[in-house]
Amino acid sequence: MPKVTIDNITIDVPPGTTILNAARMIGENVPPAMCYYSKLKGSGGKCRVCLVKVTKTSEQNPRGMPKLVASCVTQIADGMVVENITSPEVVEARKGVVELLLINHPLDCPVCDQAGECHLQDLSYEHGAATTRYDFGRRTFNKIDIGPYIQLHMTRCILCYRCVYTADQLTDGRVHGIINRGDAAEISTYIENIIDNDFSGNVIDVCPVGALTDRTFRFKSRVWFTKPMNAHRNCDKCSGKVTLWFQGEEVLRVTGRKDQYGEVEEFICNTCRFETKKKSDWVVEGHRRIDTHSVIAQNHLPYELDVVHPQIEQAQ
Amino acid sequence: MSRLKILTEHIDKPEITGIEGYIKHGGYRAVEKALKKMQPDEVTEEVKKSGLRGRGGAGFPTGMKWSFIFKGNDKPRYLLCNADESEPGTFKDRLLMEKIPHLLIEGMIASSFALGVKTAYIYIRGEYMYILHILQKAIDEAYAKGYLGENILGTTYSLDLHVHPGGGAYICGEETALIESLEGKRGNPRIKPPFPAVEGLWGCPTIVNNVETICKVPFIINEGGETYANIGIGASTGTKLISACGNINKPGVYEIELGVPVEEFIYSDEYCGGIKGGKQLKALVPGGSSVPILPNRLITKTAKGEPRLMSYESLSDGGFPTGSMLGSGGFIVFDEDQCIVRNTWNFSRFYHHESCGQCSPCREGTGWMEKILHRMEYGHGRMEDIDLLWDVQRKIEGNTICPFGDASAWPVAAAIRHFRDEFEWHVLHPAEATRRNYGMGRSAEPIEQVTA
Repeated sequence: MPKVTIDNITIDVPPGTTILNAARMIGENVPPAMCYYSKLKGSGGKCRVCLVKVTKTSEQNPRGMPKLVASCVTQIADGMVVENITSPEVVEARKGVVELLLINHPLDCPVCDQAGECHLQDLSYEHGAATTRYDFGRRTFNKIDIGPYIQLHMTRCILCYRCVYTADQLTDGRVHGIINRGDAAEISTYIENIIDNDFSGNVIDVCPVGALTDRTFRFKSRVWFTKPMNAHRNCDKCSGKVTLWFQGEEVLRVTGRKDQYGEVEEFICNTCRFETKKKSDWVVEGHRRIDTHSVIAQNHLPYELDVVHPQIEQAQ
Repeated sequence: MSRLKILTEHIDKPEITGIEGYIKHGGYRAVEKALKKMQPDEVTEEVKKSGLRGRGGAGFPTGMKWSFIFKGNDKPRYLLCNADESEPGTFKDRLLMEKIPHLLIEGMIASSFALGVKTAYIYIRGEYMYILHILQKAIDEAYAKGYLGENILGTTYSLDLHVHPGGGAYICGEETALIESLEGKRGNPRIKPPFPAVEGLWGCPTIVNNVETICKVPFIINEGGETYANIGIGASTGTKLISACGNINKPGVYEIELGVPVEEFIYSDEYCGGIKGGKQLKALVPGGSSVPILPNRLITKTAKGEPRLMSYESLSDGGFPTGSMLGSGGFIVFDEDQCIVRNTWNFSRFYHHESCGQCSPCREGTGWMEKILHRMEYGHGRMEDIDLLWDVQRKIEGNTICPFGDASAWPVAAAIRHFRDEFEWHVLHPAEATRRNYGMGRSAEPIEQVTA
């Protein structure tokens, strides 16, 4: 199996593995990914936040690659050496890309429905700069209800194309895509069309920011006030395996189950997502595991505050 | 002094546009020779021997590119002619297609034969619709004469050639975006690898070559690769079409032997005829708007003090910041009255408009650069804007999917590197910068709002 070294950690990976997935196997210092989605064919390479430096291309070619490469679409070769956060060049470039992404995405997390689950929020915290140097007007859009369940707020869209790939690969008769070009590009449906099919709700799950939101949940609660539980039901369209987001005994929201990289494990149908919101519709399996660093974990996971022992006690 | 002309020798003859006139002047001899006397690999070998480099801008060796075409499966192979000539300052290919369309068709047939292609396309810029009709007429003539279609000239080789108009987007000149566009999709560049030679049009092995590159192939077949390699200088073999414009006495398209001194090209009566109005030469963009601009001191001499030549190597200065690129041959000359800031803004405006928006740095960065340059040009610039502009272009360069990001960043970087004092003048003298009139009137665009 080919051997790859990422940030001084060496691992054997199956042939054809990308640098990003190799980093995910190692599990430390994984490059961020805003547009790559392992479940969607053809995704990746667009947001450029996962740029890494290849200092050695392979055993046969000890020279590095002349430019930074997108780790989500670059396959590893035997003997490849990659620098992620150990390369100042990568850190600087990533900071630059985050700054550019935030030009047309407001960091208004307190009033965004995605707060607490937003990949860009995490990214800007981990890799961004404290302030912006952009002082021109930013583009704004009205919110659009595209169908009964989904609201599009283009102001927050970072054009990752994930929802387009989802609609293309999961649904029949895709009615939305990207119109215009450059920084005028936007997600749009065909004229007077709505997104209405059995799997349309998955575009909400794949959106890394708060551009596509669930109209049945929007601003009903903040995610850290809800309690996520694994549940399932018999469904003739999908696996029926979901996460229920409870407030008390009330199910506020149903989503797909997401892995540690925020990608759903199995896409679910609209019936499960939007039309079965009673606890009695589901077989509840138990608590959803939430990373302790996630804001969603607040108030849910048992933890103890450190005990402070003032010096005055010791002095006595 | 009369110099060797490979492409433009007969271009002024009116009858050359038609197939009869073209054949009368020696046309289609290369097709006869290739199809009847040569094997496909022999044609590729001749092109390799010639040292021909891609004339679309990148300058990659054509023969080597052809040899990359994947032959390991039964999928059809395609040859695409990139006629999406959209770079500001570059207008050379249209001359060939307009005046001597059969040269391109002959080149396409010979190249397709070498690559084992059964279907080939000419992807033409949408704004060149009138040329599309000229090409279509020429293709019809070639079909009628038996140079295209089934069993060309009685051989077993068959080829279909189509001409396809683009929608007029600059990005569709990038080879993978061109393929996407030809497939009927949005013209977004693909991520490489896989390279088109392995997986291109409809997932099949595909070669994309520029018009001028393909037009060179008939000469190489007729005269031999070595004859072609003896023209030019060093690794820059053969001739090159240069579209010269700007403040010169004789703007136009010139065919030069590579290696001609830049000074001679600008000042000799055979070519540009000197600077208009006898003014001083201020700056030069030698290869289309995407390449770095050169200041006066680096135009006729390289950083080493050697004469600057019209060649890939000499113009690039070995990749150092003192050089530029031969690029597509869009030769733009600036006299002493021209404003570099305004010109840089103008280029930047183009790249902002034409960015496909697929990847973040290019989508957001090109607009940011344009807005900063706009406010500098219109008297609202601040001294820190110059460093900010430098930093923004660095964030784009090298970080994008396709070379468009570099193309938008290089002109800005070179302008700041060589003409920083002019940017500072704009900041220090905003009223004077705003008052200037270039005979074109003030831009109707509103000044960007400064909110901080």
